[in-house]
Amino acid sequence: MATATAAPAFQVHRIETRRRVTNHVMTGLVVLAFLLAMTPLVSVTWSVIAEGYKQLSPYFLTHSMRGVFGGSESGGIYHAMLGTVLITLAATVISVPIGLFTAIYLVEYGRGPLARAVTFFVDVMTGIPSIVAGLFAYALFAVILGPGATFGLIGGIALSVLMTPVVVRSSEEMLRLVPNELREAALALGVPKWLTVVKVVLRTAVAGLTTGVMIAIARVIGETAPLLLTAGFSDSINSDLFHGRMMTLPVFIYSSWHKGYVPCNAGDVACNPNINFERAWAAALTLIVIVMLLNLVARLVARFFAPKTGTH
Amino acid sequence: MTTTPTRSPQGAEGLRRSRRSGVGSGLFAGLSVGSGALILVVLAAVAAFLLIQAWPALTSAPATLHESIAWFPDKTSLVSFVGPLVFGTLLAAAIALVIATPIAVGIALFISHYAPRRFAAGLGYLIDLLAAIPSVVYGLWGVRVLVGQNGIGQPIQQVLHDVLGFIPLFAGTPARPARSLFIAGMVLAVMILPIITAVAREVFLQTPRLHEEASLALGATRWEMIRMAVLPFGRSGVVSAAMLGLGRALGETMAVLMILSPGFTYSWHILEAGKQQTIAANIAAQFPEANPLGVNTLIATGLALFVITLAVNMLARWIVSRRAEFSGAN
Repeated sequence: MATATAAPAFQVHRIETRRRVTNHVMTGLVVLAFLLAMTPLVSVTWSVIAEGYKQLSPYFLTHSMRGVFGGSESGGIYHAMLGTVLITLAATVISVPIGLFTAIYLVEYGRGPLARAVTFFVDVMTGIPSIVAGLFAYALFAVILGPGATFGLIGGIALSVLMTPVVVRSSEEMLRLVPNELREAALALGVPKWLTVVKVVLRTAVAGLTTGVMIAIARVIGETAPLLLTAGFSDSINSDLFHGRMMTLPVFIYSSWHKGYVPCNAGDVACNPNINFERAWAAALTLIVIVMLLNLVARLVARFFAPKTGTH
Repeated sequence: MTTTPTRSPQGAEGLRRSRRSGVGSGLFAGLSVGSGALILVVLAAVAAFLLIQAWPALTSAPATLHESIAWFPDKTSLVSFVGPLVFGTLLAAAIALVIATPIAVGIALFISHYAPRRFAAGLGYLIDLLAAIPSVVYGLWGVRVLVGQNGIGQPIQQVLHDVLGFIPLFAGTPARPARSLFIAGMVLAVMILPIITAVAREVFLQTPRLHEEASLALGATRWEMIRMAVLPFGRSGVVSAAMLGLGRALGETMAVLMILSPGFTYSWHILEAGKQQTIAANIAAQFPEANPLGVNTLIATGLALFVITLAVNMLARWIVSRRAEFSGAN
């Protein structure tokens, strides 16, 4: 940085001590702030790994909790992983088309008050509390189907409310990176506008769009509160989004933790009093690995499949 | 960056003609506009459906609510039931904000003005990782590291109480285990750090380079340059960043639900257990077991939360939109 290296050359006079000390103190504080923020990151990572590895095993990942009770060490999170995948998939299927078309509208068509309103309210929508999104999805289906409806798709709709604005913002940014020369060249060749968008703009931006969608998925896959209200709890495998309660990883973590210690009879070796906590941590480790993998793959896609945008 | 920089008149005309030609174009444009409008419709629908489902609770007499809902206190109207919850929500968010804002500004300065350019992006990514951790995991972590038997929450609370106990905020018996609003606020602070840092960093990077170089050329130290050039320029950005963080903190559910021992009072004693509760945590705690009218009541409290966060976010976005093309979603 030019500013930092250039300064000493012009310092004819020694800086007064007080000013120099202030400078050093503030530098120290700024670095301290950064290190302070790193402590929870390191601590969370350490906690999740140290507590999570105890129960994590192929068995744990491939079995559900059906019929598991007491302090038994059997049972796993297969049903929760399946639920998370299905519900997140439902949310993605709903939000990606809406989000992508909204971004196309904002970048390619949007003029005037409607475009300004959409931009503003997309930003406002990113601030909707997740639990309110859950209440909305519940209320929507309570009005349509009557109160008490609980199935996976409601959770998917709750998540899509949270996911759509994230998709819009990231897609919008990616579409704006596409050079105008490409659009103009296509239009000059007589290609209709919509084909220009589909064949030129979207194709150029596809890596960035993929990254954006994956990061949006990573953001909603860990949501707990809306699913607590809409998809409910279950111990069994349920692959039907339209019927019955569906367990998800975040809700599994919460509900396992919530069950707490198991009272064990003295001398009962098959009974582990901490089993619920250990399961919660193992599920947390699984969830974090999924989220981090999504983030990592998204960044790799962005890095290796990005188009050469040329120099501007 | 705009998409159409000074197109020639002919280009504009060609564009218009090509848009007119073909059903595909019309359909595509319609889909785009429709999706944009759908966003506005969804936001309106959130408010509408919450209101519809909250209506039975809003129109019921306090006595009816008390009779049919197990946890609804006697001789209390819905407003005086929501009151302490709103108070607890605001207090928890305020604690988170007071802890997070100075640290986030420090991190943003570190990334924008102190760290070597080469590492800046990577360090920013590390901070963003904090936002990638699910809130339920923060809850587990908070309970283990701060609340649990060897948690560091208790000693922190004790020190605060001993040193600052004369301030009403830190009065009262510190909770053991540390299931207090203060500890919940600390975890919330960690969760809102990334968003505040991201916005503040973006604003600090926009400081005109000439201002910075001019103040250095006049002999300012690096801190003086930051104080006189960067911070005044970024002040409104920091304010709106803090408000975006506030919006997040108001709606966070799981960490508060898992850490805080709830109570329904207007107590300022943030180190005590069983004094406050937030709207979001209360909904998550009561919803699975609630009867129909109970659900309506909880949705009414959710409506209050929605209105508060909407107001905070709109204000923050309004401030930030006057400044820069930036949002928390990117």
